[in-house]
Amino acid sequence: MSDIGAYQGATPAPHEAGFGDYVQLLKPRVMSLVVFTALVGLLVAPVALHPVEAFAAILFIALGAGASGALNMWWDADIDRVMKRTARRPVPAGKVEASEALAVGLALSGISVVMLWLATNWVAAALLAFTIFFYAVVYSMWLKRSTPQNIVIGGAAGAFPPMIGWVAATGSVSVEAFLMFALIFMWTPPHFWALALFMKEDYHTAGVPMLTVTHGRKATRAHILVYTLLLVPVALGAAVTSIGGPLTLAVAVALNLWFVVGAFRIWRRDEVMAEADKYAVEKAFFRFSLLYLFLHFAAFLVELALKVAGLGGW
Amino acid sequence: MAFRPEHELHKRRFGRNLGLGLTLAAFVALVFALTVVKVQRGDPMEAYDHVVRPGSVPKEEGSP
Repeated sequence: MSDIGAYQGATPAPHEAGFGDYVQLLKPRVMSLVVFTALVGLLVAPVALHPVEAFAAILFIALGAGASGALNMWWDADIDRVMKRTARRPVPAGKVEASEALAVGLALSGISVVMLWLATNWVAAALLAFTIFFYAVVYSMWLKRSTPQNIVIGGAAGAFPPMIGWVAATGSVSVEAFLMFALIFMWTPPHFWALALFMKEDYHTAGVPMLTVTHGRKATRAHILVYTLLLVPVALGAAVTSIGGPLTLAVAVALNLWFVVGAFRIWRRDEVMAEADKYAVEKAFFRFSLLYLFLHFAAFLVELALKVAGLGGW
Repeated sequence: MAFRPEHELHKRRFGRNLGLGLTLAAFVALVFALTVVKVQRGDPMEAYDHVVRPGSVPKEEGSP
């Protein structure tokens, strides 16, 4: 008689997680953005890595991002449980124990940093370690629950991947790497504040001091406009560096014009207008913000391809 | 005695073990590929091998 018999008819144990649950712990959707931006940072760098090294670098940058996601889920399990958007994550859903999320996060943090060091260089590894620390400790443990500027400063964690990709290839930071960082850094607040405008109950219920909760929705609308305007010189600045060119500049002008118009429309509206059309403008702005970042980084890649063909670049 | 149908719990465990096994195999393959690339390119890999070699002898004053 094997032990199988003992399980017949039994309901699965609450903590028997499947492999997919552990993958969910790494926030795969965030990882896909990290992979894309880090890949662009690595490819547009003036030094070419061997394809195996480049693959390893992107993989371990993504793994580092996943590790910080697991640490974030371990720490934020209590507020994830009360927010509709996050209630189905593995820890609040009871699929993975919080202590397991911590163990996975710590183990993958160590593996990703050491392996990035071995695959590329120590500067890239140090930047990855700092990014994980920044997201897990500075953002998740400290800023998220203590200040409405949580998104502004915490956005730095999401902005590092293209810089790490660049540093993995070159071994040092440059103005191009900094501007790619700044592009995501300045883009993050309007992107998340637009989300907070139409997911209003979530943050309020969880007691997270989002700007909408602490300073009101009118102030949030003004902040979105200000940060969108501050984003313009960064985006145009990146387009006139060595990674840009006429095409990148044209794309940047078009995207920023559209983004500023969207932010201006959000600023002009009040809650009565927003409720009337179920936050259509805010939702459209949020959706466009995703496209905005994707197209900006895609433009750097296309410009690189044109440069290789002798057509692009300055 | 015939085997009883597999419980959902075992399927989930098998999936987890398979996923982990494949992940580890992929990791080993990647480390091997990285090693091959770095060795072929001649990256610095000099270690102490218990044999005196020119590089390990301290230079004397005035020597080139």
